[in-house]
Amino acid sequence: MNGSWRVRLEAAFWLLPCAAYFVFPDYLVLGSQVLTAALFVVSLDLILGYAGIVSLGHAAFFGIGAYTAGLLAVYGWGEPVTGLILAGALAASVGYATSFLVVGGEGLTRLMVTLGIGFLFHEAANQASSITGGMDGLSGVSMWKLLGLWRFDLSGKTAYVYSAVVLFLVFLLARRLVASPFGLSLQAIRENERRMPAIGAPVQRRLVSIYTLSAALAGIAGALTSQTTEFVGLESLSFERSASALIMLVLGGTGRLYGALVGTCMFMLLQHVFSDINPAYWQFWLGLLVALIAFFAPGGVLGSTTRWLDAMSFRFRRGSGGPA
Amino acid sequence: MTPILRAERLSKHWGEFRANDGVSLELAQGARHALIGPNGAGKTTFVNLLTGFYAPTSGHVFLGNERVTSLPQHERVARGMTRTFQINTLFTGLNVLESVLLVICQRRGLGGCWYRKLQALKEEQREAWELLDRLRLGDEALTITRNLPYGKQRLLELGLALATRPRILVLDEPASGIPAAESREMFEVIAALPRSVTLLFIEHDMDLVFRFAERISVLVGGRVLMEGTPEEVAKDARVRAVYLGSAVE
Repeated sequence: MNGSWRVRLEAAFWLLPCAAYFVFPDYLVLGSQVLTAALFVVSLDLILGYAGIVSLGHAAFFGIGAYTAGLLAVYGWGEPVTGLILAGALAASVGYATSFLVVGGEGLTRLMVTLGIGFLFHEAANQASSITGGMDGLSGVSMWKLLGLWRFDLSGKTAYVYSAVVLFLVFLLARRLVASPFGLSLQAIRENERRMPAIGAPVQRRLVSIYTLSAALAGIAGALTSQTTEFVGLESLSFERSASALIMLVLGGTGRLYGALVGTCMFMLLQHVFSDINPAYWQFWLGLLVALIAFFAPGGVLGSTTRWLDAMSFRFRRGSGGPA
Repeated sequence: MTPILRAERLSKHWGEFRANDGVSLELAQGARHALIGPNGAGKTTFVNLLTGFYAPTSGHVFLGNERVTSLPQHERVARGMTRTFQINTLFTGLNVLESVLLVICQRRGLGGCWYRKLQALKEEQREAWELLDRLRLGDEALTITRNLPYGKQRLLELGLALATRPRILVLDEPASGIPAAESREMFEVIAALPRSVTLLFIEHDMDLVFRFAERISVLVGGRVLMEGTPEEVAKDARVRAVYLGSAVE
């Protein structure tokens, strides 16, 4: 696919959330949930899809961001944008502090460490119920008008636009990052971590950087969720949230950024549809779909589509008699 | 004159097993030095100790006057010492151009740069294409590394090391596993390197060793059996007995 087609396709993709705003005005609350979840999954893609760090505890940073923004609002600072920035900064600090534990190990050790970090923060928030609300969640989150102009209304219009804009801006940042020498070095670490020091690259420093950034973005996603729903539940720190994000990413395709967006949309829309059909057994159908995709389309929806398009273009070139 | 690379009584022990036992070596600027020995002699272990892949049990490594024994691998590369691996250690999912560009960006201090697009790095791309053309890999520049034929992968292994612009290049059996014709092609590239690059290489093909090396160290059982010119090594009865056999007749 050449550059101009890629840009057109990307522009068309980003027109979809704009169109959804007008076409599905009754589903804007669900829409903003999809957008904030997508942001969280993009943050996971940076460490898993690009740097090869599998995490089952990424919700720790999402939750830290959610509680930071929520607590700021509860204690009198309901300004959304600065709340978002502070939440991202705190999540980044915790990400940086824990990154040394994560990148110091390899493979299964890393997985276990991330899992441990996730459980640790979940239980800490549960124990600190006087601050976090514990199992009941943090209520009383009251946001100020966005930029002093737009109130967060029940129809979810402000929340939707706010979430879409933040996702778009973060996506632009991530897109630039993965197309840079830094992004290439992350992919090289994923491909062959052992070789990197032998070409002069400091592996640990690179992994710490991306892990910290990813934590910041996850924190922003968490903050966005708490600001747009005006509630923070203990679930924001849960293993289920980490695992769901991983499934969404694998569904869409890792290491592509757009895979994170496609996977999140698929997962959340199907979850919505299946739970409407049968509220008790929706996980059965979703589980079946995940298993089928993992089996028949191991690169996720986007990875398999790309492979199929490449194969088709190869066949057409062969068929036209031109050089293959 | 201070040697550009000096190993001082390097040892690596795993329990009772002594892979290297007090190995010393000095390389002058521009040297073409071969390290030979039978399988299990400790040649690759020695390279791993020199380049920081392993920490030595005892002994020291000096680059010029600087002791680098405790420096990690990437710091030694930054100081000009680069290695290749006996078994291809490549970035299999990246294409050939990306692999070389990665190394060039790293050398030029752009490895951690996140805000510039790779496509905008014209100077780095030009250098990458030049290197690939020199290695006759230009036609495969956009091929994913895992899809390259084995011989081309060996060339890329060398290319990654050359992209660091080393002062000292340590080659661990660069022609390992490739047909004789291709291995000669590989050594032609190596022979064409300027004298500003000091070479230490492990090689099993004695024909190539005696053609390219100006000095040879013979390693047996983790120790240096002898060091000398190719003629001295060829004449040495101990070397003939333990390693060369009739190969130098």
